[in-house]
Amino acid sequence: MEDTQRSPDLAPPSSIVGPVGWLRANLFSSPANTVLSLVGLYIVYVLFVPVLDWAFFSADWIGTNKDACSSEGACWVFVGQRMDFFIYGFYPKAEYWRINVIFVLLAAMIVPQMIEKAPYKEYLGWFFLIGFPIISGILLLGGIFGLDAVPTDKWGGLMLTLVISFVGIIAALPIGILLALGRRSEMPVIRIICTAFIELWRGVPLISVLFMASVMLPLFLPEGTNFNKLLRALIGIVMFQSAYMAEVIRGGLQAIPKGQYEAAAALGLGYWKSMGLVILPQALKLVIPGIVNTFIALFKDTTLVLIIGLFDVLQTVSSAIVDPAWPEVSTEGFVFAAFVFWVFCFSMSRYSINLERKLHTGHKR
Amino acid sequence: MQNTAPEANTEAPVKSVIQLNNVHKWYGEFHVLKDINLNVDQGERIVICGPSGSGKSTMIRCINRLEEHQQGQIIVDGVELTNDLKHIEQIRREVGMCFQHFNLFPHLTVLENLTLAPIWVRKVPKAEAEEIGMKYLERVKIPEQAEKFPGQLSGGQQQRVAIARSLCMNPKIMLFDEPTSALDPEMIKEVLDTMVELAETGMTMLCVTHEMGFAKTVADRVIFMDEGQIIEENEPHQFFDNPQHERTQLFLSQILAH
Repeated sequence: MEDTQRSPDLAPPSSIVGPVGWLRANLFSSPANTVLSLVGLYIVYVLFVPVLDWAFFSADWIGTNKDACSSEGACWVFVGQRMDFFIYGFYPKAEYWRINVIFVLLAAMIVPQMIEKAPYKEYLGWFFLIGFPIISGILLLGGIFGLDAVPTDKWGGLMLTLVISFVGIIAALPIGILLALGRRSEMPVIRIICTAFIELWRGVPLISVLFMASVMLPLFLPEGTNFNKLLRALIGIVMFQSAYMAEVIRGGLQAIPKGQYEAAAALGLGYWKSMGLVILPQALKLVIPGIVNTFIALFKDTTLVLIIGLFDVLQTVSSAIVDPAWPEVSTEGFVFAAFVFWVFCFSMSRYSINLERKLHTGHKR
Repeated sequence: MQNTAPEANTEAPVKSVIQLNNVHKWYGEFHVLKDINLNVDQGERIVICGPSGSGKSTMIRCINRLEEHQQGQIIVDGVELTNDLKHIEQIRREVGMCFQHFNLFPHLTVLENLTLAPIWVRKVPKAEAEEIGMKYLERVKIPEQAEKFPGQLSGGQQQRVAIARSLCMNPKIMLFDEPTSALDPEMIKEVLDTMVELAETGMTMLCVTHEMGFAKTVADRVIFMDEGQIIEENEPHQFFDNPQHERTQLFLSQILAH
């Protein structure tokens, strides 16, 4: 055989890779596509330039009252001036530091979760689930350790939104898991109770649950029983969301092949150990998108607490925009509220995608 | 630790480790096991064959209570299987099982698959469990795969991991439910070799399989089942060369024809 030299790998021409290649392949691959691309770019230009102009270039950022705002662009001065109210609600100004401490703690726990190889991650996770809620509860409520008591009707704004969603998320997941297991139980009594519970809560709108909790419940309780309004709302939200969570998780449990249950049983693992070590880790991983979906829905549903007179972040915004000192700022207010919700929901969504990738073990059964 | 494999011991009196007395089982209306009587001595290697739907898998799955029998008596290692969960878990600790589809836990690495049950059921310390795990991985000749996930292994390797996983619990009895029938032909041999080596250590084994070569070399007894009954049982030479029953003859002629 003739001795041939192996030809070296050459770099591809710039017409198929890099920015030029990308443009050619995606935007200008044919005359018709070129026309469509240009039309598209024009629409983007027409729609977005005014929005960008309103929100950034012509917007007013600095000042203390409405005079600082021209009518050209957005009046972010308003949002800046009322920021304290949006974040802390009616919480006493002198006690803002307590909420700030909690925000710092929260950030200190969340940031390491984003970093692949941060140390003590597992301990931080447990602290997040157990220590953090206790510390936050003490700080927010006060009344011990020389902290002034702050009644929950003074809570509001972003802080209240976060409290409700945090409690809802932390409580709804475990209760949902138990309900899902219960609904698949072989014991008829447990199965019927769990099914009834799920179907009952899933069958009513959240708004009516909250309404019942605040208006109807006191009627059934003995005279003079004072049941905290926030607590009632929290219980309502947790019950409601755990019913949804249960169904999401049940979907995951049903997707696990029977062989996994059998293999766990054959090794001598009992029910709880099979579930905890073999079935749930797989089932929960499968339904991460559904779980996060429920979390996001829960986060946004917290706005409904306005029905029982609690001031979540959206409600603080809508009460601030009717302030006569600030006419015509409703667009800015609602854009701000929407932005706050979007930031939190989008972060949850990104985190879940990250988690899915991390837990992927390169297998398909 | 008592993790040394049981050695073949000819001096000790032969002890019956599994007894099935007049066992019946129904799936709804379907009478799947009809009056099964079976006695397995310690160290005995039994191959169970028969056409599909004959109840052979169901029978061995009754031995570790993956299936419940409705009538009759099953005694494993001196403990009778009843609804008592304690007895069931006690028996499952002593009875290893390998499945047709391996059923490894896909979210755990190979080594974690091996150490899970020793750590959580036998309460073996983690380091010791890993040592035992590696020992058995070496025995099935894939120690280099310890940190991989099951999905990254070939079928034959997965089944060998599954065998090692059962052995880590130091079982007295091993059940095999068609361990090679989901494998590509070139992988069947590596699994069978592992099973032959296991048989040589004196392990009590019940294998549902159609690998007649394995039955001839390893089995002490071959059992033929059809329609929920044990039709014929005999030592392998007699069984293959001189089947007594008509249905056995038909079955053997079908599977040995090619």
